Amino acid sequence: MEGLNVPLNHILLVSSLLFAIGMLGLMIRRNIIFILMSLEVMLNSAALAFVAAGAHWGQPDGQVVFMLILTVAAAEVAVGLGLVLQVQKRFKTLDMDHANRMRG
Amino acid sequence: MLELIWLIPLIPLCSSLLLMLTAGRLPRLLIGYLGVGSVGIAALLTLAAGIHFMANPEPFELTLWTWMQVGNFAPGVAFYFDGLTLVMMSVITGVGFLIHLFSTEFMEKDTSYARYFAYLNMFVAAMLILVMADNLLLLYLGWEGVGVCSYLLVGFWFQNSANGQAARKAFIVTRIGDTAMALGLFLLFTELGTLDIQGMVAMANETWQVGDSIPLIACLLLLGGAVGKSAQLPLHTWLPDAMAGPTPVSALIHAATMVTAGVYLIARTHGLFLLAPTAMMVVAIIGIATSLMAAFTALMQSDIKRILAYSTISQIGYMFLALGVGAWTAGIFHLMTHAFFKALLFLGSGAIIHCLHHEHNIFKMGGLRRKMPVTFWSFMIGSAALAALPMTSGFFSKDQILLEAYQLPGMGPWLWLGGLLGALLTAIYSFRLVFVVFFGKANTEPDRDTGWRMAVPLTVLCALSLIGGYFIIPVEAVFPAASGEHPAHWVEYVSISVPLIGLLLAYLIFHSRQLRVDGLVGSRVGQLLRRFWFSGWGIDWLYDRLFVRPYYELSGMLKSEPVDVIYGLIVAINQTLNQWLSEAQTGRMRWYIASMVFGLVVLISLALQISPEVL
Repeated sequence: MEGLNVPLNHILLVSSLLFAIGMLGLMIRRNIIFILMSLEVMLNSAALAFVAAGAHWGQPDGQVVFMLILTVAAAEVAVGLGLVLQVQKRFKTLDMDHANRMRG
Repeated sequence: MLELIWLIPLIPLCSSLLLMLTAGRLPRLLIGYLGVGSVGIAALLTLAAGIHFMANPEPFELTLWTWMQVGNFAPGVAFYFDGLTLVMMSVITGVGFLIHLFSTEFMEKDTSYARYFAYLNMFVAAMLILVMADNLLLLYLGWEGVGVCSYLLVGFWFQNSANGQAARKAFIVTRIGDTAMALGLFLLFTELGTLDIQGMVAMANETWQVGDSIPLIACLLLLGGAVGKSAQLPLHTWLPDAMAGPTPVSALIHAATMVTAGVYLIARTHGLFLLAPTAMMVVAIIGIATSLMAAFTALMQSDIKRILAYSTISQIGYMFLALGVGAWTAGIFHLMTHAFFKALLFLGSGAIIHCLHHEHNIFKMGGLRRKMPVTFWSFMIGSAALAALPMTSGFFSKDQILLEAYQLPGMGPWLWLGGLLGALLTAIYSFRLVFVVFFGKANTEPDRDTGWRMAVPLTVLCALSLIGGYFIIPVEAVFPAASGEHPAHWVEYVSISVPLIGLLLAYLIFHSRQLRVDGLVGSRVGQLLRRFWFSGWGIDWLYDRLFVRPYYELSGMLKSEPVDVIYGLIVAINQTLNQWLSEAQTGRMRWYIASMVFGLVVLISLALQISPEVL
C-alpha cells in the first residue's frame, strides 16, 4: 500500500497522549460540558488506537470496533446532553462540584 | 383393714386442698376443725392399722395404680406397710396431731390461719407418702413434697425478708443433697433395673458382693440426700436458720418428722448399706462429728429456738451414729423418742414465745417456773429425756446406741467416747436452758398462761417422753438381729452416769453459781472459742466466702453479659470502618475519577512489577 507510512508506535503515542489529555480534563474541569468533551477525546483516542492496530496487522476488526465506538459515543453524548440540561435546570449551574448531594 | 391405708395420706391431702381452694374464706373454727381433725382421723386410722398389724405382723403391700410406664420402668403408686412404716406413721400422725392442736392456739391471732393449716396438712400428707412408699421414686415424691412444705412454712411470715431468705437457704441447701439422691436413684435404676425397695435390695444382694464399688457409690449418693434432709455435716447450715418459721412448724418439721427422713431412708435401704461397710463407716463418722459440733454450738447460743435446733442436729447425729454402727433398731428407737421429747421442747418453747411477746433470748426470760407451771414441767421432762437421765425415754434409746457403738470392732470405743462427750454436753446445754429460763429472777413478765389447747399436747408429750422408753417398736422383722452381747458392766455404768455429771455441772455453773467459769470464759482463748462455737464453728462464714459470695460476684459479672462484648466489638469495628469509608464518599465526581485513575495506575504498575514480560 502506497502513501504515508507512519510507524505504529507513533500513532499509539499520539493515542496515549490524547487519552491522558482527556483524562486530565476529566479530573480538573468542573464544567459538565467540558467533562463530556474530555470524555469524547478519550473515546476517540481509543478508537484511533484500534484503527491504527487494524491497519498495521491488515485486519478489519479495528475498523469494526471503531464503528462501535462511534455509535457508543453518539449514544453517550445524547444521554450526556440530556444530563447537562437537567443539571442546568436543577442547580442553575454547570459546576459539577455543586452537584454533590450524594456524599457519604 | 390394711387395704384402707391409702386413706391415711389422702385425708390430710384433701383437707389441705380444700383449705387452699377456699383461700381462707371458711370460718376460723371450721378451718381449725379441718386442719386438726384430718390429722386426727389419720392418727386414728394409723392406730387401727397398728392394732391390726400387731395381731398379724406380716409386711403388707398395696398397689393403687401404675404411676407411669416407660419401657420396663413402671413405678407404681404403691404402699409398703411393715413395722418400720408403722413406727414412722405413728410418729407423724400422733405427734403431728398434737402439734396441730397446739397450733390452733399458737396461731390464733394470725391472719393466715387457713394457709398455715393448708401447708401443715400438705406436709403431713407428703411425709406419710415418703414413709409409706413402696419404691424409691414415690419416696422421692414425698421427699420433695416435704421439702416444698418446709420451704413454705419456714417462709410463712414472708413479709419479713429475712424469713424468706431462711426459707430459700433451707430449700437450696437440701436441694444439694436431693440432687445427690436423684443421682443415686439413677445409678440404682441403671444397675438393677428397678426402684422397688424390697426387690431392689434383694437383687442387690444377688448382684454384688460386700465391699463392691457400685453399692458404695450408690450408698454415698443416697447418704448425700439423707445428710441434706437430716441437717448433718456438711449440709446442716439450713436448720438453725429454718427456725424463722412458726414454732409448731419447727416442732413438727424441723424436729420430729422431716429432718428424720434421712434416718428413715438409710434404715429403709439398710440392705444396700450392709453391702458397703465403708459407707456405713462414713455414716457413723458424720453422725458423731455432727453430734459433737452441734452440741458445742448449742452450748453457746442464746436464742431458745437455736439451742433446740442445734440440739436436734446433734441428736440426729446420734441416730446416724446408730445407723453407721449397724444399730438399726436403736437408731429408729431414738428417732421415735427424740420425736416425743424434742416436739415437747419445741412446743414448750413455743408456749414461752407465745406468752412472752415473741421473746427468743433466754437471758431476757428467767423465773418462769411459777408463772408457767405446765411449760416448766414440760421443759423439765423434755430436757431430762434429751439429756438421757435414767428412766426417761431418751435414756433407753441413747444408752442402746452408745452400747452398740462400743461393741463395733475397731473404732467402737472411740465412737463411744465421742458419744459420751456429746451426752455430757447435751446434759449441760439442756439444763443450762432450764436453769436460765425457769429459775433466777424474772426479766420479762408473761402476759398469760397457756390455754388448754397448748396444755393438752404438752401433757401428752410429757407422758410420752417419760414412758416412751418402755415401748417396744415392732421392727425386729425389718432389721437383722443385733448381736445380743453386752459389753462389760463398767461401760454401762459410765454411760448412765455421764448425763448425771452433766446435770450437776449445769446446776453448779448456771444455778447455784458455785462453779465460777467467768475466768475461763473471759480469757482470750475462752473468748475466741466462745465466738467460734457461737458462730457454729464458722461453717456459715466459710460457706458464705466459698460459695455464696463467689456466686453473687459471678452473677454480678454475668449480669453485664460479658459474651456480648465480643459481638459489641464487631459492631464497633464495622461502625468505625463505615465512618472512614463514608468520608471517601464526597459526592464529587472529579474526586471519584481521580481515585479511579490513581487505583488504575497503582494496579497496572503492580502488574508490571510482577510480570514485566507482558510489555
